[in-house]
Amino acid sequence: MSDRPDFSGFTCPLPKLDHDTVQMAHGAGGRLSADLFERLILPRFTSPELEPRDDGALLDLPPGRVAFSTDTFVVTPLFFPGGDIGTLAVCGTVNDVAMMGGVPQALSMAFVLEEGLPLADFHRILCSMEATAKHAGVRVVTGDTKVVGRGQCDGIYINTSGIGVVPAGRDLGAHRIAAGDVVLVSGPAGDHGTAILTARAGLGVQTQLMSDCAPLNGLVEVLLASGADVKALRDPTRGGLAAVLNEYAVAARVGIRLDDGAVPVRDEVAGVCEMLGLDPLHMACEGRLVAIVAAGDADRALAALQGHEHGGGAARIGAVNDRHAGVVTMATALGVERVLDMPLGEQLPRIC
Amino acid sequence: MKHLDEFRDPALARALVERLKRVTTRPWTVMEVCGGQTHSIMRHGIDQVLPEGLTLLHGPGCPVCVTPLETIDRAVAIAMLPNVILTSFGDMLRVPGSNGSLLEARSRGADVRMVYSPLEALALAKENPDREVVFLAIGFETTAPGNAMALKAAADLGLANYSQLVSHVLVPPAMAAILDDEHVRVNAFLAAGHVCTVTGWRLYEPIAKKYGVPIVATGFEPVDILDGLVHAVELLEAGTPLVANRYARAVQPDGNPVAQAVVDQVYEVCDRKWRGIGTIPQSGLRLRAAFAAWDAEQKFDVGAITPQEPAECISGQVLQGRLKPADCPAFGTKCTPQTPLGATMVSSEGACAAWYRYGRKSAT
Repeated sequence: MSDRPDFSGFTCPLPKLDHDTVQMAHGAGGRLSADLFERLILPRFTSPELEPRDDGALLDLPPGRVAFSTDTFVVTPLFFPGGDIGTLAVCGTVNDVAMMGGVPQALSMAFVLEEGLPLADFHRILCSMEATAKHAGVRVVTGDTKVVGRGQCDGIYINTSGIGVVPAGRDLGAHRIAAGDVVLVSGPAGDHGTAILTARAGLGVQTQLMSDCAPLNGLVEVLLASGADVKALRDPTRGGLAAVLNEYAVAARVGIRLDDGAVPVRDEVAGVCEMLGLDPLHMACEGRLVAIVAAGDADRALAALQGHEHGGGAARIGAVNDRHAGVVTMATALGVERVLDMPLGEQLPRIC
Repeated sequence: MKHLDEFRDPALARALVERLKRVTTRPWTVMEVCGGQTHSIMRHGIDQVLPEGLTLLHGPGCPVCVTPLETIDRAVAIAMLPNVILTSFGDMLRVPGSNGSLLEARSRGADVRMVYSPLEALALAKENPDREVVFLAIGFETTAPGNAMALKAAADLGLANYSQLVSHVLVPPAMAAILDDEHVRVNAFLAAGHVCTVTGWRLYEPIAKKYGVPIVATGFEPVDILDGLVHAVELLEAGTPLVANRYARAVQPDGNPVAQAVVDQVYEVCDRKWRGIGTIPQSGLRLRAAFAAWDAEQKFDVGAITPQEPAECISGQVLQGRLKPADCPAFGTKCTPQTPLGATMVSSEGACAAWYRYGRKSAT
């Protein structure tokens, strides 16, 4: 094997490996496992913690409470307009840590690979994770890879866990929400869910729509630095805006009223949802946040969001009240208030 | 969104509400036939701004809701057969049969797939020549042409591993059955706009004449529905039981002849059982004998089907306009979208689901 060229230090083009696809032996801990780690994974995530190749990482963290979150990512298709499962896996956990007020410090990543997954696909996913982690300013410090037989998983599943440190004095959460507070969203609702839906085979809809997938820790810092009294932050992923707002209404025992027409929704999203009988407010976002802000600070918070690359489409969408605890409503065109319900599990398109 | 926002225009909608109040001088009951209209009424709160005395009844126009339990049970039984891929539209998969829904059958090992179009099931059959692909063909006049076209394509291609389990239903016979029901008093109908795009509106003239009820072909947006109501009430107040077309941007007098022709080529009219309602003569479509080779009911022997409808479910009464969802003791308690007793709580077009989703959780 001495004639094999040395690829260490080589960047994005797919390093030459003995196989084109994932083999069971890639997860067996032998030479192929080491090859996969050394040639494909490690070059993407150089960090002082990962370098010693230990089974875990030792971290030096700045002072403060530690925010810790974990998430597992399964998505079909693996690659979609605006991102892929790798982008999602980094953004998802970074955002969960950021919504707790944590400044993300370190990520773990664990892969379950399906036998037969093209290594070029895995490499492309790793490159996305590298780019997204860099963009978010977070280090990948430890990880794991397992291989399962063909048909036992859908190409690749990724788990990421993240640690962030919450600077002293930050207190975010539903317990701080009170009547009178204002609800802001950082951009149009439903882009990710709709982009995934249209990227799936069979729908036959072509749009220019991209997933909104983005790390939001920078946006959170800008928002908090504005001095606005931010009460709670959440990223409306599964279940969309409607799920987050309903959870807040129940947890904080308040009512939330949205102004119909105030929630920004792209034309493509509105169109696809209209056609399929789905609600854009039930569709997942992966690069948006909902902020509950003290009424007097709404303008300042909104300006801070709008000044950031991931908050350009931010809008004020409604307010918290003490009239209908646990219920989210929206005003309709007729001036009538209607309930915005929690979405019910899987979104199924209507028949006609 | 263009072609949609205009029909959700607040000023226009409010002006129509005012006009509706002006033209309504007596109590009237109007039935909106289509479940899509029911949802729009609930979603936009139209039921909360009606003039006093004007009552809306929800009609039977929810394709999933009226699909008989036997059909769902048969679909589940066929899906459980080895080598079968059972396909249907999204909503249908969640409807409870006697032994669970198609989604539950999938969790028990059946290969059940959601398709967006009947042609997708056809493509599956081509891709899987060793498997039997069964398409559960349900719905009103709206979905029949697409399903007929898919079957015709399968026949033309000689695709022997594709078949349809057909349970199509027709709207006009159901409207007549409701008018024949002594327990229901419907003064006028808002006819389902999308059904009318296929059938045309002239089809309703015999019903309007026989029963003396105005019928207004109506769209689905708030401005459409309010405009349909204004015209229905105006016809009622003037005592002129005519058919009017207020969905002219989509509906022609005689509908879509190409769609009608393909339906007629593949399907024939038959008696059909409606879930919760019973058999309505000449209210369904079945495959013509020439296409028997693609008839899943004949192709797969799953033995006798003996459906068990939950005794407390009143969906049949709801579908006929006899009762409102909140009249049901199980509504919102034992029966919710998570734990539906009947199909009307499942479908995005079901009246019970509309009431639940938009917060009409108690009788109004």
